This record gives sequence, C-alpha cells and structure tokens, in this order.
Amino acid sequence: MPEGKRPEETGSGISRRDFFKTSTAGAVSTALISKQGIAAPGEVTKLGPDPVKVKLIVNGKARRLKVEPRVTLLDALRNELDVTGPKKVCDRGTCGSCTVLMDGKPVYACSILAIEAAGNQIVTAEGLGSPDKLHPIQKAFVENDAQQCGFCTPGFIVACQSFLVENPNPSVKEIEEGLGGNLCRCGTYKGIREAVLETAAKGGFDA
Amino acid sequence: MNRFQYASPVTKQSAVELLGSGAVVLAGGTDLLSLMKADVATPDLVVNIKEIAELKGLEHSEGSGMRIGALVTIDELLQDSRVQEEYPSLIQAADGIRSAQIRSVGTVAGDLCQRPRCWYYRHGYGLLAMQNGASMVVDGDNRYHAILGNAGPAYFVNPSSFAPALIALGASLKVSGPNGEKEIPVADFFQTPQSEAEKEYKLSDSEIVTQILVPAAAGKANATYEVREREALDWPLAAAAVSLTMQGDQVESAKVVLGHVAPVPWNSDEAAAALKGKAVSASVADDAGKAAVQQAKALSRNKFKIQLARVAVKRAILRAAGMEV
Ligand SMILES: Cc1cc2nc3c(=O)[nH]c(=O)nc-3n(C[C@H](O)[C@H](O)[C@H](O)COP(=O)(O)OP(=O)(O)OC[C@H]3O[C@@H](n4cnc5c(N)ncnc54)[C@H](O)[C@@H]3O)c2cc1C
Ligand code: SF4
Repeated sequence: MPEGKRPEETGSGISRRDFFKTSTAGAVSTALISKQGIAAPGEVTKLGPDPVKVKLIVNGKARRLKVEPRVTLLDALRNELDVTGPKKVCDRGTCGSCTVLMDGKPVYACSILAIEAAGNQIVTAEGLGSPDKLHPIQKAFVENDAQQCGFCTPGFIVACQSFLVENPNPSVKEIEEGLGGNLCRCGTYKGIREAVLETAAKGGFDA
Repeated sequence: MNRFQYASPVTKQSAVELLGSGAVVLAGGTDLLSLMKADVATPDLVVNIKEIAELKGLEHSEGSGMRIGALVTIDELLQDSRVQEEYPSLIQAADGIRSAQIRSVGTVAGDLCQRPRCWYYRHGYGLLAMQNGASMVVDGDNRYHAILGNAGPAYFVNPSSFAPALIALGASLKVSGPNGEKEIPVADFFQTPQSEAEKEYKLSDSEIVTQILVPAAAGKANATYEVREREALDWPLAAAAVSLTMQGDQVESAKVVLGHVAPVPWNSDEAAAALKGKAVSASVADDAGKAAVQQAKALSRNKFKIQLARVAVKRAILRAAGMEV
C-alpha cells in the first residue's frame, strides 16, 4: 500500500494495514475486499482482539476510529465519536432508546458491532434535523408534548421517522404496532401517537 | 463481553473452516450480542456470515416450495407476497415479533437458533439450571417454564416463534459442516438436553444452517395463534401452529405443533387425532386443544399456561379453517 494514503481509504471500512497484519493467509488477494473488510474466497482472515481501524459513516460524515471487535455500534457512537443521541438503557435490544438508521432501516445500535457497521450509512436523531431546522417529526414531538424526561426521545424520533417512511398514512393501531420496539417509561405514548398522526396529516416529509 | 477475534468470510466453505470449538456464528446479532454481554456466550472468534452472498434470498419454485436463505430477515419474510398468500402461519408467527428494529436485522434461521429465554440460563446457571444436584427451576420462579415434556432435567421452553409453524408445514434445514451438506427436518432439529454438555438443537460448533426448505403449502390450510402477556418486545406465553389437509369440509390429516410450552417445539399427535375425519367447528377445535394439553403438568407457578396452550390450539385451528376466533 502506498504510504501517505490513509489506510481507511481503500474502499473497505477497515484498514488494509490491519488486514495485512492479522491475515493468516499466505497469499493475499487484493481483488476482493468486502465491505467489512476483507476476505477473498478461501482465505481465512481474523481481526482483533486488539483495536481495529474502522470507518463509520455517521450522519453523512466519514468518521475514523479504532475499536476492539467487541465494541458495539452504540458504544462507538457515544464513547468514541461523541454522538450521544442514541442512548444506552437496556443494552439488550429491548427498549429502543439506542435506535439508529442503518442503510435506511431502523436498528438497535446496542445489538450491532461497530465493526459490522463499517461502511454502512448510519443516521441518528442528530442527523435528521438541527435545532434551527427541526425535522417535521422532531417539530411535532415538541408541539405535541411527546416527551417528559426525554431520554427515550432520540430513539423514538428515529423509529417514528422510519415508521412514517413505510407508513405515510397510518392508523392508530398501526402506530401502536409499528412503534412497539420503543418504550417510554414516563408513558408519553399519547403525545407520541399524536405527533406521528400530525406529521402524517401534514403530508409527511421527504424521506 | 469478553475480547474476541472477528472474521467475515464470503463463502460458506471458509465460514465452516473458521468455525469449531470456541467460535460462534453471527447473523443479525439480536440474540448473540445479548448472550455475549451476559457472558453466557464467550467466544474466542465471532464469524460474521452476513457477507456470504449464497446465504441470501428467498425463492419460490413451482411445486417444490420455498427456499429461505439463512440471511433472510424476518422483515423480508413478512414483505414477501407469496408467503403472505401461501404460508399465513409464518406471517402470523413473524407478526408477533413486534419490533421493527429486530425484524430489520434478525434472521429467520437465527430465530430457530436463538437460545432459550429461561432466566436461569440467561443468568449463567446453564440450560439445566442445576445447583447442588437440584434444578433451581422446580423450586424457583418457573412461571414461564415448560408445561409439557417437563419431567426433567430441562424445564426451559423453546423460544422460537417460527419453529412450530415450520414443523407443521413439514420444513427442513440445510446444514453445512466439515463433512459437507446435510438436510434435517425441523421436527428433528430440536432436542431436550440431558446434560449441560448438550445443546437444545443438533448443530455442532462447526456447522451452519444455510437454508430453510419449506414444502409447497397449496391446498393446506395453515395458521399460527399466539397468546402474549405484552404486545411487543416479548415472547409468547403459549402458541400453536397448525396445518390442515382437507377432504371436502373434513380434515383428512392435521399437524398441530405448540410453541413456548416445552423444551422443544411440541408436536401433538393427540390434537391431530382429535381433528382427523371431522369438520372443523368450535367444539371440535376445543376438543383438539383439550387433547393437546391432556399430558400437561404444571410446575409450581405456571398452571395458567395450560389453559393458554389449550386456547392457542383451538384458535389456531379455527383461524386455519377461516373461522371466527
Ligand atoms: C425484545 C425481543 C423480542 C423478541 N421476540 C421474539 C418472539 O416473540 N418470538 C421469537 O421467535 N423471537 C423473538 N425474538 C428473537 C429474535 O427473533 C431473534 O433474536 C432473531 O431472530 C435472531 O436472529 P439473528 O439473525 O439476530 O441471530 P443472531 O443473534 O446472530 O444469532 C442467534 C444464535 O443463532 C446462531 N445462528 C444464527 N444464524 C445461524 C446460522 N445460519 N447457522 C448456525 N447458527 C446460527 C448464533 O450463533 C447465535 O447463537 C425477540 C428478540 C428480542 C430482542
Ligand atoms: S421515561 Fe419516557 S420520556 Fe423519559 S426517556 Fe423514557 S420514554 Fe422517554
């Protein structure tokens, strides 16, 4: 690999240097480097357990970090990249506070390894809108009192956004079922339902 | 979570070569990561199978049925229009897994391979939850444990919502291992472990499920009915899947499989026999439900599950027959 070129800029989320260092295969083919780094057919490549260079695409920006394979996407976002919208609550895929979009689909960031998410488009609540330019669903949350303590809100915002993309004109029952993956301990479900209904009634938004 | 190495092979052969003692398969990770965080799974090597193209895709072929690749997510299954038409029992099972976040990455094959939710197991006491030679379940909090097949030593329930429906439909699994490929009926895949050395399904450390093969269900009325405590983010308390072959308005043959009631998905020949030769009605369906739980035995805190299982069987039959549940 030519020196001077950043290892991350090889098309894979994981640096080629780490790949070469940890590859157990004798002959290394550069022809096929998969998104998560790496193996050509027949090759056996192991990364870690020491930190590995990973490139995450968070809210449209490429972010480079070094993490052990065991670090979850949630911990990488919060602890390494200071993207603290996604919250760590149950850490077991059961509360929804860590919800982010991965390639447009809602996922629990606590239940995905950062290394798995390398190269995928990650969008958090921060990426949907900004304080001066709120996303329609964020605005509707404010207007409908859809939070109390607000800890679950960033996860709910992301879940509501992707729900509305799939269901631009939802019934209350569809909202209840479709947002079943997020919990609110304060019980602000009524406000959340109204925020979703209002956003839909206003003609939704461009996904 | 302990430290581990990570590999992302692109062929199933290299996945199988990487696997073996100390290695574990990672699909959607919705169950595996929780097991690792609880130190119930402590692999040295995590083998991510999501880059293996040949494990993707869901296909139907005329006459021979459906092939579900190991990487097909619950969401992909739910969205498939042929599945919606031909296999309502699978759709109804998937519908209960009520979280868009789990459906978007959780795989159908991973659902079959997910480990039991028994809280003793999840807290590190092992599948059999033995302490000083006695089961902690029997004298402990067993409200969600088995009511059938619970003579010991295992008392957990199989957690898969898809397993009963797949067994009722006569599905099988394709498995790849060091000795090549094999096919195993889903009905034979699960087992009740007799010691901590055994797992609750028959897959060695170096094998992966590559496909789920579901026979064509044309002409077979099939349905799943689940009873739940909460509508989302939880597993059923009891469920039943049925597949009926009809002769006019009479049941020629039936398969009735219960879920979440025994250490394995519970095939009930008794319920099937109660349906044979009969026209489906509420009372016939109830008789089948009663037959299904005839052998049930409550533990100290789960008697309520017997009634729920009976009702699940009754309603699954009525739903399959297109009747009001
Ligand atoms: C809050 C919550 C609620 C849920 N509710 C339900 C429910 O109601 N009903 C239900 O059935 N399920 C339920 N689930 C479980 C969910 O469906 C499973 O976690 C998911 O389907 C597992 O798929 P995965 O791809 O994420 O598997 P992973 O987490 O990647 O793997 C699970 C296990 O299977 C093994 N494995 C995965 N794929 C293969 C393969 N191809 N070959 C060999 N081994 C493999 C892994 O090694 C691991 O041990 C729920 C989960 C959560 C978190
Ligand atoms: S208690 Fe309610 S408002 Fe507070 S974080 Fe949780 S879900 Fe949100």
